[in-house]
Amino acid sequence: MQALYAQLVIGLVNGAFYALLSLGLAIIFGLLNVINFAHGALYMLGAFVAWGLLHYAGIGYGPALIIAPLVVGVVGVILERTLLQRLYRLDPLYNLLLTFGLALVIQGLFQMRFGSSGESYEIPAALQGSANLGFMQLPYYRGWVLIVSLVVCLATWFVTERTKLGSYLRAATENPALVQAFGVNVPRMITVTYGLGVALAGFAGVLAAPIFPVSPGLGSEVIIVVFAVVVIGGMGSIMGSIVTGFALGLIEGLTKVVYPAASGAVVFALMALVLLVRPAGLFGKAS
Amino acid sequence: MLNLPKRIADTSMAVILCAAALGSVTACKKDSAASKGSAAGGKVVIGVLTDMSGLYSDLAGKGSVAAAEMAVADFGGSVAGMPIEVVSADHQNKPDVGSGVVREWFDTKGVDVIVDVPTSSVALAVSDVTRDKNKVFLASGAGSSDLTGKACSPNTIHWAYDTWALANATGREIVKHGGDTWFFLTADYAFGAALERDVTKVVEASGGKVLGDIKHPLNAADFSSFLLQAQSSQAKIIGLANAGGDTIKSIKQAAEFGIVAKGQKMAGLLVFISDIKALGLATAQGLTLSESFYWDRDDGTRAWSKKFAAKRDGAMPTMVQAGVYSSVMHYLKAVAELKSAKDGKAVVAKMEAMPAEDPLFGKGTIDPNGRKRHSMYVYEVKSPAESKGDWDFYKLIREVPADQAFRAPADSGCSLIAKP
Repeated sequence: MQALYAQLVIGLVNGAFYALLSLGLAIIFGLLNVINFAHGALYMLGAFVAWGLLHYAGIGYGPALIIAPLVVGVVGVILERTLLQRLYRLDPLYNLLLTFGLALVIQGLFQMRFGSSGESYEIPAALQGSANLGFMQLPYYRGWVLIVSLVVCLATWFVTERTKLGSYLRAATENPALVQAFGVNVPRMITVTYGLGVALAGFAGVLAAPIFPVSPGLGSEVIIVVFAVVVIGGMGSIMGSIVTGFALGLIEGLTKVVYPAASGAVVFALMALVLLVRPAGLFGKAS
Repeated sequence: MLNLPKRIADTSMAVILCAAALGSVTACKKDSAASKGSAAGGKVVIGVLTDMSGLYSDLAGKGSVAAAEMAVADFGGSVAGMPIEVVSADHQNKPDVGSGVVREWFDTKGVDVIVDVPTSSVALAVSDVTRDKNKVFLASGAGSSDLTGKACSPNTIHWAYDTWALANATGREIVKHGGDTWFFLTADYAFGAALERDVTKVVEASGGKVLGDIKHPLNAADFSSFLLQAQSSQAKIIGLANAGGDTIKSIKQAAEFGIVAKGQKMAGLLVFISDIKALGLATAQGLTLSESFYWDRDDGTRAWSKKFAAKRDGAMPTMVQAGVYSSVMHYLKAVAELKSAKDGKAVVAKMEAMPAEDPLFGKGTIDPNGRKRHSMYVYEVKSPAESKGDWDFYKLIREVPADQAFRAPADSGCSLIAKP
């Protein structure tokens, strides 16, 4: 039983990454109708920016938590302004292909420069060590990841669902032309939203850097699962992606106890099931 | 809620398809232009089949191609009057992709010999195709001892290391120092299974006990769940029957959970110098491991490794990449004697008949089951304080001489060995 609790906690921590990443995807899909396949690559970029800040400039983990998402956000804004924007009028599949290509290019460039094994980023001194929870030793850093992700996820949900800015955002999703007529600069809002969405990925990248090797494959390993999370939660649903992210982390954790060899596949089995029963996802509304 | 229900079903499908593709569309299959078309009449073509972008690409990958090219250059660029060519391709760690490439190479590109091939499941498939087509396969990247055991072939030579040798060197060393209860984290494919099996035999033969194992998917992201289960087994040794990126993550996350600090020891059963580089000495120090090649072993290995590093942005060669160089050199010598590369079986027989000595692996021979025999070395990873430079990672614990380092052919279960 104790082992089970421990696995559930670990699963929640992994779920935190799924939630942060799928949240960004959901926001971007909600407003831009773009399936952002570059999300994993930008998550990896966030981890590399954190590593680079420490390695080249001696800037530590704390500042990196702010700087790296900013850098990734700016990269996102540039991508949106120069590339994505040109394809909005076409079928959404074109932007899917564009971001898919971007992901391969970004990953390939890092692979050329850094190889596949990646670099090592130490856990910041203040968060080293572990706490005794009775049933397990939880490293402080994993606990930190869990709490921070929860806070960021809920804050993002609050902004989009409970503030005026969020209401513009939701209105623009429903009827961009009308919102524009009221004097809201919709194209700029779209750019900023994309920047914010990918900044969340960059933030998750910094959180991931001390746990996983900072390697070019970091994003492609997790992005497939994250897309499954988005599909299960319902495309574009903010709360759906948060809840599904954490829930799938838990389910994956349980699978690792019961039948470890299937832990890589369980998410996709669930996705197939959800698509059969509720094609719009658990939290999505069918048209 | 921000819902955009329209096209949801369509987009969901597209997402699923693309997500599946993202995992696999990393191919960078590259055939040199010169080899296209002509089914090499008067030339010898070496095919380097490797992992170009996945978790094994640092320990093999482009470095293996560079090693093959160095061997060709050092041999003078031609053999018995025939020019030598090197082609390469990415097998993406998938047996079907690997055997497809190899078939195409044999049938239309005139490839005579396949080298490297990390990932045992791919290597086993390639070995079958090579035997069917009577070509030559020199395995350096793959580990499964089945390549010279129950799946042995008169067309295959297994060069740098194998799971039996790793078990015999690292496993025995650890049991000798009191590590008598084991729990395995095993990569769930041919290599992991072979390594766990071979180490289990050594542990049990030395009076130790295996308490359990976990088979994890290849290239898993998070090992903490598996590590916690290993921890609760209370085995003294957590044996890592995995490789490359999987080993790096296991060791890094074990440090995070303080598993070593609480008294359990990690045994990296296959650890390459590229893994140590990625882990950093602070995390990797004290690890016991075995290699058949280390760049800083003697003047011969240092001289060659420095040449290699100059071609590879300073990265020192792994034993896999050294194995590619060494096996290609020996192959070319055999072809020079035979004056032809066309009959794969004859070339392998010639290679087995010739002594195989070079500066990289020292004195060596090749057993009738295709097992290249040379010394293995048990090393311990230095602490950051002991290390004098960028790649100064290992201190030698002991040398396992060639005659003991690899499985005796009679015990291999290979059908090529005449039963007494």
